[in-house]
Amino acid sequence: MTSAPRWRRFDEWDTRPLRHDQFAAEDPEAGFATFHSPWDPTPSARVENGRVVEIDGKQEADFDILDSFIAAHHLDLEVIEEAMAMDPAEVARMLVDINVPRETLEQLARGMTPAKLVSVVSRMSSLEITFAYSKMRQRRTPGNQAHVTNAKDDPLQLAADSAVAVALGFDEVETTMRVASNSWANAIACAVGAAVGRGGVLFQCSIEEAEELRIGMAGFTSYAETVSVYGTEAAFVDGDDTPWSKAFLTAAYASRGMKARCTSGASAELLMGFHERQSVLYLEARCLCLQRAMGVQGTQNGGIDGAPLTASMAGGMRELMAENLIAAWLGLECASGNDTRISESEIRVGAKITPFLMAGSDLLCSGFGSIRKYDNSFNPSLFNGEDIEDFLVLQRDFEADGGLTPVDEGDIREIRMHAIRAIAAVFEELELATVPESWMVSVAAASGSLETETFPTSEVTRISAAIRDRGLTAVDVVRALERRGFAREAENLLLMLRQRISGDYLQTSAILRDGRVISALNDPNDYRGPGSGYRMSDARRDAVRNVRDLQTREKVLERERRLDPTAEPWLIVAGEAQKGTDPREVVIGLSPAFGNELTQTTAGHDLIDVVLALTDGIREGGGAPRLIRIRHTADTSFLGLTAARLSGSGYAIGIQAKGTAVIHRADRLPHMNIELFSNAPVTTLEHYRAMGRNAALYARGETPEPIIVPVDGQALGARYHVRVAMLYAIETGLVVPEAAPVDLEMSIGQGGLSR
Amino acid sequence: MSSPLDLYPISEKAPERAVSASGMPLDRLTLDAIVSGRVGADDIRISADVLKQQAAIARAAGRDRLALNLERAAELVAVPQDIILETYEMMRPGRLQDSRLLSARAEMLRRDYGAHAIAALIDEAVAVYERRNLFRRRY
Repeated sequence: MTSAPRWRRFDEWDTRPLRHDQFAAEDPEAGFATFHSPWDPTPSARVENGRVVEIDGKQEADFDILDSFIAAHHLDLEVIEEAMAMDPAEVARMLVDINVPRETLEQLARGMTPAKLVSVVSRMSSLEITFAYSKMRQRRTPGNQAHVTNAKDDPLQLAADSAVAVALGFDEVETTMRVASNSWANAIACAVGAAVGRGGVLFQCSIEEAEELRIGMAGFTSYAETVSVYGTEAAFVDGDDTPWSKAFLTAAYASRGMKARCTSGASAELLMGFHERQSVLYLEARCLCLQRAMGVQGTQNGGIDGAPLTASMAGGMRELMAENLIAAWLGLECASGNDTRISESEIRVGAKITPFLMAGSDLLCSGFGSIRKYDNSFNPSLFNGEDIEDFLVLQRDFEADGGLTPVDEGDIREIRMHAIRAIAAVFEELELATVPESWMVSVAAASGSLETETFPTSEVTRISAAIRDRGLTAVDVVRALERRGFAREAENLLLMLRQRISGDYLQTSAILRDGRVISALNDPNDYRGPGSGYRMSDARRDAVRNVRDLQTREKVLERERRLDPTAEPWLIVAGEAQKGTDPREVVIGLSPAFGNELTQTTAGHDLIDVVLALTDGIREGGGAPRLIRIRHTADTSFLGLTAARLSGSGYAIGIQAKGTAVIHRADRLPHMNIELFSNAPVTTLEHYRAMGRNAALYARGETPEPIIVPVDGQALGARYHVRVAMLYAIETGLVVPEAAPVDLEMSIGQGGLSR
Repeated sequence: MSSPLDLYPISEKAPERAVSASGMPLDRLTLDAIVSGRVGADDIRISADVLKQQAAIARAAGRDRLALNLERAAELVAVPQDIILETYEMMRPGRLQDSRLLSARAEMLRRDYGAHAIAALIDEAVAVYERRNLFRRRY
C-alpha cells in the first residue's frame, strides 16, 4: 500500500511570509510565559510603622533595587490596605465599567503591588483589555509618533521626510543615527524639516544620554524617551542603571525643559538573559510601578524591542495590550508600542494595530516608520513608509482616529522641496555646507536613501562636528531661517522654544496641536460610555475619509461612459419584437443601457466588439443570431429568459452592459440558467464568442462543454464593485416596467445594417 | 484663580508667569529679538520658578509623583551640565567603589545648590547600593 501523500497545501503554506515568524512553546523556566509563571509571586503587601515592609511575598531585608524603590515611592499608604484587599475580579469589572471613573481606578492602582496589578488584568480578555484601555488612557485626543531616519544619515532627506511626517499629522518625530557622531546634523535637519508645515511637533534625537541632554539644551529637541527601565535587578544593572540613576536623569531632562518618558516592555529581561523565570507581564508591571515612582510623566511600552519575542508566545499580543493598560491605569502617558515589526505576516500586522485604532492611544505607535523599511535606523516598524496608505484606509474603515491624515500628492511635492531648500539655506547661512541643486531634486523625488544623490557620510560627520563644536543652537537656526526668507518656519521653530520656557508639555501626555499644548490636564480622557470621550469632529472625519483616489460618480461616469454625442447610434430600433420561428435562432437580449448610455464592459471591451463576438460565435455554432433590446428589466436572469421566450429555438443570451451574460432557455425558471458569466471583469471576447457558439449548439440539441471563465482569486468585488454599482444604476434608471422588447438592427463600420 | 490648575497651560492662561532661566519673559522671545541678536542660549532655558509652578499644577491635578519629579528638576536648573552628567555617572551601578564619594556628592548639591530633594534621592541610593552590593567594580 502506498503511504498517504503530503498535502501540497503545506508546501504553499511553507512559502507564506507567516512562516518566517517563529512561535515559541510556553516554558516559564526559560522565561517564556506571558501572564503567569509558577515563579510569579502571590500579591501581598504589609505596612509597619509607616513603612512598606513586604511586597509580593518578599520581606524588606530581601528587597532588591526595584522593590526598594517601589516601596519608597510608588505604594501609597493611604490606599494600600484597601487596594490590596480587593477582589481582583471585582477590580477587573470596574476597569470595564463605564460607571466607574478613571480617577477612582487610578487611585486604587497607587496602592497595588506589581503582582496585584497583574492579578487583575490577567483575568481580562483581549476585548476587555482594549475597552479598558480606551477608558483609562490619559489624553482624550489620540496621537501618533513617527520614526524619521535614513541609512545615509542624510540631512536633506531627514528634512524632507520630517516635513512629510508633520504633514501626515504625526505629533512626535523621533530620529537616530547609523553613525553616532552624526547626531547634531540629524537633529538640526529634523528640527528644520519638522518646522515646515503646521509646526509644533515634538522632536527627539535618540542617542547616549549625555549627548541627548546637550542636543536638547541647544534647543533642537524637545523630548527624550531613552530612559529605559527593566523588571529585574540583574537586567537593570546590566543595562547600566538603577532606579535612582534613572530618576535623577528624568529630573535632569525636565530641568532642561525636555519632556521625557521611560521605555520598558515585555521580554526585555528575557533578551538580556535575566528573567528570573517570571512572566513577562509581571516583570513589566514592576517596571511600570517603578516609572510611576520615579515621577516620569509617561512610558513607551508594549514590547518595544521585545515585542517580536513576546508575539512569539501564545497570548503575546494580548499581553502587550495588557501592559499598555497597566501603564495608563497607573496614570502614565502611554506610547503604546506598535513599533518594532512583530511579524512578516501583513495579516498579523493589521490585526496588531486594530485594537489600538479602536481604543485610541496617547501615541498609537511609539515609532511608526514614516520612511522606507530599509531606511529605519531603529528597526523596521510595525507600519512603515510602504504601508502608510494601508493605515490611512484602516482609519477610514473603522472611522477611528489613528492620528494621521491623508496627504495630497501635489502638496507633498511642494513640502519636500521646501524643506530641502530650508535646510540647504540654513547650512549655507551658517557656513556649514553648500548644497547643489541636483542633490535637492534627487532627494525630493527619492522614496528612500538608495535612490539619492547627496552628501557623502564623511561630509555629514564634518557638518555634525561643526554644529557641536561651534555651539550652534536653535536660536541660530531660527535666525538663519528668517534671514533666508523662511519666516514661517522660523516662527514654527520659535514656537517650540517658547513652549520650552513655559514647560506646559512637561505635564502628562502633552503634545502640541495648532501651536497649543493639549495634555491629560486640559484634554483629559473623559470616556464614560457612548457619546462621551473622544469623537472625531466633522472636519476631522472628513479629513480621515478623504483617502487618495476616491471614486465619485462623476469620475466613474466620465471615464466609463465615453459617450460621443456626435456618433451615429449603432443599434437601430426596428419595431416590437415578436416570437421567432427559425429553430436555429438564438436571440441576444440586450439590457436597457447597452450600447447607448454605456459603451464598454467592466473588462474594458467595447460593446460593439462584444456583440460581434456573440453573433460570430452563434454563426460558428450553426445558429442564427437576432438582437433585441429589453426595456422592462436589467436583471441578467430575466434578460435571458425574456429573450429565450422570444427565440425560435427557445435558447437565448441575456447580457448587461457591464458584461454579465447568461444562456437561458424558454421553459426554465428564471434563476435556473444554462450557463452564466458572472465575473465580467475577467471575461474576454473569446469567452463571449464561445458563449455564442455554445448557445447555438444547445439550440441544435447538442450538449457542449460549458464555458468556464477562469478566476485566479482576485478580490473582484474590491476591485470593481464601486464602478459596477454606479454603472448598474444607469441600467436600472432606464428600466420602463411596461415596455415591450424591441428588435434591433446593427449599423456598424461602413454604415450597413445587419441583424 | 483658586487652583494652580487654572493656570494651565501657562503659555495661554498666564504667559506673564513664564520667564526663562535668564529672566527673559516669554513675550520678549520674538523673531525680532532673535534676528537682532538679543537672545542667547540661556534665554531659551526653562527656569526653576516655572518648574515649581508646573509641579504645583501637577499636584493639583492629582499627580503627586510627577510633581515631586518636577520639584527635583527645579533644583537642577542651576546645576551646571557637567556636574549633572558627572553625578549621573556616579549614580550608575559599579562606577564608585566607595559609597562616601556619592554621599559627598549629595552633600555638595545640598550645600552649593540647595538641592535637598535631589540630595535625599542620592542618600537613599547610597543606602540601597550598600545593601545590594552595587559599589562593586563592573569594569
